[in-house]
Formats: sequence, C-alpha cells, structure tokens
Amino acid sequence: MTRLDLTGLTTRPAQVWGGIRLVPLVRAEPVPGLRLHAEIYAGLGAVALDDGTEYLSYVPHGFVADWSGEETEPGQGNGQKAGQRASYGTQLGAGRPDTVTVHRHHRMVKRRRPGKGLSGGAATARCRFLPLHLALEGYLALHFGGPSVAWEEWSRQAVRQGFSPREEEAYLGLDVRGLADALRVFEIHPGQCGVLVHTADSLAAAFVVPHPDDYRALHPSLLQDLYGELVHQYAHFGAPVAEFEARISGRYVATLAGLRARAVAQERLWSETHGDVLARELLTESYASERVFRMGSYELRRFLPPFRRGGAEQHIGELITDHKGRTAYLKTFRLSDAQIRRGHLLSVLAAHDWRLDGTAAALSTTYEELVRRMGAAGFAPLLNEHVVARRIAETK
Amino acid sequence: MAETFADLIAAEDVLLFVNAAVTATGQREFRSDAHAQRLSLDFLHAYVCVNYRPLYAATLALDINDHNAARIIETLLRGAGEASAEEKRVEGRLIARRLAVLPPQRVYRLFRALRAARVNNRRTRAILRDWLAARPDLGHDAVKYRRGLKTAARHAHLPLGASKEGVPAEIGDFLFAPGRRTKYRHPLLDAHRRAHYEQGALYELPFTVAEGFAGRHGVGREALVERIAPRMTRLERLRTQESTGVRTERTEQRTDLTVMPVTRLALYVLSLPLDERVRRRAELTKALRAAARRTAGPYRGTWGRVAAVLDDSYSSSGSGEKRRRPLGTALACHFLLGSLAAPGAYTAWWTSGTADPLLVRPWGPTPLGTRILDALEHAPERLVIVSDGWDNAPPGLAGEVLRVWRTRLDREGRTSVVHLNPVYDTDGFDVRRLAPSVPTAGIRDAEDLPALVEIAQFAEGRTGIAELREYLDRRVALFVEDDSFCYFPGEPVGVPDGSARDGRR
Repeated sequence: MTRLDLTGLTTRPAQVWGGIRLVPLVRAEPVPGLRLHAEIYAGLGAVALDDGTEYLSYVPHGFVADWSGEETEPGQGNGQKAGQRASYGTQLGAGRPDTVTVHRHHRMVKRRRPGKGLSGGAATARCRFLPLHLALEGYLALHFGGPSVAWEEWSRQAVRQGFSPREEEAYLGLDVRGLADALRVFEIHPGQCGVLVHTADSLAAAFVVPHPDDYRALHPSLLQDLYGELVHQYAHFGAPVAEFEARISGRYVATLAGLRARAVAQERLWSETHGDVLARELLTESYASERVFRMGSYELRRFLPPFRRGGAEQHIGELITDHKGRTAYLKTFRLSDAQIRRGHLLSVLAAHDWRLDGTAAALSTTYEELVRRMGAAGFAPLLNEHVVARRIAETK
Repeated sequence: MAETFADLIAAEDVLLFVNAAVTATGQREFRSDAHAQRLSLDFLHAYVCVNYRPLYAATLALDINDHNAARIIETLLRGAGEASAEEKRVEGRLIARRLAVLPPQRVYRLFRALRAARVNNRRTRAILRDWLAARPDLGHDAVKYRRGLKTAARHAHLPLGASKEGVPAEIGDFLFAPGRRTKYRHPLLDAHRRAHYEQGALYELPFTVAEGFAGRHGVGREALVERIAPRMTRLERLRTQESTGVRTERTEQRTDLTVMPVTRLALYVLSLPLDERVRRRAELTKALRAAARRTAGPYRGTWGRVAAVLDDSYSSSGSGEKRRRPLGTALACHFLLGSLAAPGAYTAWWTSGTADPLLVRPWGPTPLGTRILDALEHAPERLVIVSDGWDNAPPGLAGEVLRVWRTRLDREGRTSVVHLNPVYDTDGFDVRRLAPSVPTAGIRDAEDLPALVEIAQFAEGRTGIAELREYLDRRVALFVEDDSFCYFPGEPVGVPDGSARDGRR
C-alpha cells in the first residue's frame, strides 16, 4: 500500500472551459533518461494476454517508453536517433476502407527490439505498452480466476472458468462533452509535464509524462483516452464551473513590491488549495500496486484503490516510478460507484475464502441480501441457483 | 443638460458596438466558431440600428473593419423606410464616402447581398450608379470582377449596353453578349477575348483572371508568376512569392516591404519561419520601423515614456481563418508604440518573457498580471496592454493588479492605462475587459492605435452621450470632407446655418 508521489511537479493555475477544469503540472527539469512516445493505431485491437486470454477493444494508441537516455539532450531528438522513435500512423485520401483493420497486440507490455538498420548490438531500452488498458486490465483481472475453494454455492462455470468473460464500459474522450474544446484552447505552460482533468470540479483523470516535449506531443491523446461513466455524466450534466480568480486586498499595499508579493502569494495559495481540496483524494489514498515491467532504474506499475465505498473518489491507474518512488509517468481512470461496489464485493469475498456466509457476516448483512447484491453486480451466473435457494430457505 | 440614465446606456451601447465593429469579422476566432461570431454580430447590428440609427450610420466614419462597414451599409439600405428624409440624406453621404474607401471586391459582394435581399429602391440604385461611375476603369472591373459587375448592372438596370461614348457599350456587350463583337477597343477586354486562344494575352490580364486561363493553356504556376509579376498587386506578389518559392533577385527587389502597412507587414513577418526571420533580421526590422514611423506621422515621439504589455500566448495564434491575427496586431503595435514614444523611452514586455520581438511565436500561457507588474515598475506615463483579455496564469490577476494600482498606488493618475483587444467576445457582445477601471477598445489594425486610444478614453469614466456625439460629429466632418451640408445626424432637425457648420470645421 503506497501513495502517489508527485514530488517535482508543481501545480500551476488552472484553465477553465465550460465544465472542464484543466490543472497544469510543471516540472522544473525533466526526468532524466526516460522518454515517452505514442504509436497511433486508431482502431480495434486484439490484445493477447500472458495467461492465454485474448480480448478485443478499441485501442487508439500505444505508448513507447524509451529509457536509453539518448534523447534527453535537447535538439538531439531530430538527429540520427529519430529513426528509433515511434512513428505516427497516417492515412491520406478519402477512400473508406472495405474492412476494419484489427491490430494484433501481443501482450500489454512488450519489449521492443531495435529495428533493422539500427545499432543492433545495443541492449533494448524500449518497451511498448497500452495506456489505461494496462490499468483497466488490472481491475478486470481482479480475482479473475474465480473462487479458490469450490464451495457448493459456486456454479460449475465459476469454478472452471472464473469470471470470464468480464467487461467494463468506458467513454472515449471525444464523447466527454466540452473536453475537446477545453484541450484545444488550453495554453500549455513551459515545462509542463502533466495535467489533472476535472469535470464539474471532481477529478476525472491525471496524466503525467517525464518530459515537456512528450507532453506537448501527447496532449491531444487525452482526447482518445478512456473515461469512466461518471466523468461522462458529470461533463454532460454539470454546469460551467467558476474560475478561481485571484483576489488581492488593497489594504496595506503601499509599494509596488508589496503588490508583487501579494500576487505571488496568490499563486502559492492556489497551488496549496488545489493539493488540499481538488486533488486530495487522489493523493492521500493508499494504493495496492503491482509491478508489471522493469525498465532500467524505472518500474512500470499498475495500482488499485482499496475500493472504499461511501462516495469517495477511487482511481485505478498505471505509473512509472524511478528508484526513489517518484512518479515519472502516470495515467489514471476514475471508477464509477458501481465499479467500486463490484471491486469491493470481490475483495471481501476473496478475503473470506469465497464463503458466502462469512462474507455476509463481514459485510454485516444477511445471506439473502448478499446474494441479491451479487446479482445486482452482475455475478449471478457464478452462483449455483439451487444451492443458494436451498440455503436461503434453510436460514429463514 | 443633465445626463439621464438612458443617455449613459446609449453611450455604452454605442461604444460597445464600435468595439465589435472594429474587431469582429464573422470569422472563426481562437475561442469561438464562425457561427457564434456571426450570430452575435447579427444581433448587435439589428439592436443598434433599431435603437440608435443616426449613431449607427455615423460609425461608418470611424475605423471599423470592412466586413462591418459593408454590413452597416446593407442594414441601412434594407431598412430605408425607418429613416427620415434628413437622415437618409446624411446616410447617403456617409455610405457613398465609405464605399469609395472599401475595396472593390467587398463592394461587389455587398451589391450581391443587396440583390439577394431584394433591396432595389431608388436610393440603392443611385448609390450603385454613382459608385460605378466613380470607378477609374470599368473595363478592368468587367474583367476582374466580371460576375460582380454583371450582377450589379442587372440589379440596378444600368445601361451599360447603350452609351454614347462607346466604351460602356463595349462593356455591356462584353458582359451580356460576349459573342457579339470580334474585337474590343479597350485593351483589357480585348486581352480577355484573346486569352481564350492566345497564351501571350495572359500576361496582360490581372493575376486572378490570368490564373484561370493559365490552367487552360497548361502554363505552370511558376512560369506564370514569373512573367505576370508586374501586373500583380503588392499582396498577390507577397503571397505567391511564399507559395511558389520564386525568390529571384527581381521579385525581391520589387516587393518593397517598407511601403506596406505596418500590420500587414507584421503578419508577413510572422508567416516566415524562424530561421528566415533571423537571416533577414536587418531587412525586416528596417521595414517594420519605417512603416511604423510613417504610420505614427505627426504623433511621432509625442507619447513620452511608454510601456507595453503584449500578449504572445498560445491564444494569440488566432484561428485557421484569422491566422496569427492577434499576435500580428501586437507585433505591429510594438513597433508603432516604439515610434510614438519619446526616443529611447519605450519598453515592451511580452507575456512569454521573450526579449526579441522579431522572433515571437504564439506559445505558452498568459501571465498578464505579472507582466503588468514588471511594466509598472518602470513608472511609464502610458501603459498599453494588447491582449485578448484572457488572463489565465493566474486568472484575474491582471485586473486585480490594475485595480489596486489605481486605487492604492497611483491615485493621482500618473500613469494612464489602456487595454487594446484584438478579439471580439461573442458572449459579452464586446471585447473582453481586464478590469472595469481600465478603458478597453477593440483593435484590428495597429494603424488605428492613436484614434482607438482616444475612443478608449471615453469608456474610462462614465462618458455621456453628449461628448460621444461631439466626437462622432468631428469624425464625420473629417470623413465626409467633400460635402459641407453633411453634418452629424441626430441633431435638432432644421436647416443648419452656415456659421454652425463652419464652427464645426
């Protein structure tokens, strides 16, 4: 259980457009030796996972992390190393394709071999991963294998196949109302390496990259990311949010220097307020994180929240941390209440060895109510109806 | 006479309309689309025309942009029935004068719009006839604005076909019966006829017309541009020089940058890539300085210590339709203010913090408040802020700084602050303001800067309608100098006596 560590990132004043508030995060200096590029797929993708399962989803892009440290010097990115950069997919012409291409992705995270004609002998220092899919897969695969003990309440399917197939729905950023305009008119700060997206003043997503140039390139990719149901609703129904305007009291201001001090204090005040109020729940929550990939001194991890119910914001996500645990890359996905409930139910069930009566007691509810809840959460096919009905009749 | 509340509102409305008419062009802006701009502008025109018709007409005498000038003329002609005979006469003078200043393609477009709106009263026809009669060469118009002239002639029943002199008769035939004559006496008309089969005739035609024929004759664009260069307008030459890459010794020589208007020149400079700007630094700086000096004219060096805060944030990139317009205006203002200020007493602060005005690019946020503080530290006599009014790092700081400065630190008004805004805000029906205490004026071309600063002073206090009328009166008198009977509309009706008119002169 760890917290997110956003050391090195300072909050700059937010920019508001309609119901969307974008809070820029600025790094004094970029993270050394790590760069991030995008690969555009823009279409459906079939992703083969390590455990033999395969799933189909809209995969707009993949990120390529490069920890070779060769591109950190400014101006070197256009040199001979440019050949190693991920290329953007392009499509010219107005012809509509007859078929829909399905990209096949082998694994969520995959080490990249250097391409032909490049320095082949060098150690590979690049890997490709599918942003947000990584995090969502972490959530979907939560106790995916099914009950570890074959209690008689569990159906045969649950014991054999686990929770397959499980699915969650998300909205494309383009469908989140106002987000496209907000991103278009956003003025990127010098040195900006991240952004926090608030819809209706509730945190929707956080995005952090290691280098300002990467951010500039990836800023529009926020539009193709996945956003939870809640974010979509907030953006759709939320009214325009107010801007937090600077207020300077004219009292006791006698010189221009005094006025300047007040102005600087305003900026500091906003930065503190933001951390304490708007992003509090993201930053103070403890997360269960799992290492997915090791890249030199950096680690790619994904994390899950404790699935605490009761209205608190819960984010899942993925991040790259350096050896001190500082965040170099971060992308989060806001869970909706239903998703939190499902996660909670599964965690409690797992914690009580998949026994329904024990779980009911832990949730301080009745056996019948727990069965109803599982049905509402979409897990009804996993229970053996007859056994459950008999149990309920017995307990009555 | 005591000012009533209605008078104050009237003055406010008119100033608001002037700001809109200077900045808005019905095109896409950085933060609003073309439709929103047009909708907002439509409302303003209808509102001001219905409520303050004389003032509405008088704005034609101000430095409003061509789009709005044409809109005003169209609106005035459409609602002719609502004006009294006296008002109509003045409107007619103003319209005639304005049409003479407008570029011909705009005027032809206006005539087309009038035709589409089925406005064809006697006054409209007379205006149209007079304007066409004043054109220096109708044959040129017949070739270059063929459809426009044809529509206008047909709409106003102009007897182009049957005139005594011969040339108009030719034009009538040229437009309406192109097969009738085998030869024209007017060289351009004849060139147009020959250009259908003779390649050499191409180079006697105006560039836009020749472009069409070039495709038919299979003449390459570069070859065409090379040979037709002497017949191009200055802007066409600049444009093609960029697009075709023709940069021969001769073209360079011919496009004399120093004679261009300063805003146009600034936009041209911004369209160049950074390394080219560095390479041609001396030439560009010299041209910009010269243009600014020429524009400043009699005001040169009269403004004392001047500080400017100029916005080169990302939003100053404008839109696809108004590319880098706000930044271009800011850059032109920079050079213009440099010549307006006393020698060596001008300092500029760009929001991005750059010190090299020639290499500005639209980039980064808008920390306007901090820059204003920097500028105020130099204790200038005038502070000019050129910005679209979106202050976002942090939001609202500029307004607060200016308010505290005015109420606490500079109560006696040593520094006069003015905010010039190149972007029309559709929701507010005005340009966006930084603070209520700071006079704000819309700006499109930096050339109008001295006049706009004058207008902005009206918006500072609670100016009444009387002063505004007086100001408009003066502008109208300057604008329509050829007619001594034209006086500011809306004064007590009655024949103005000569002395009053002389006094106004």
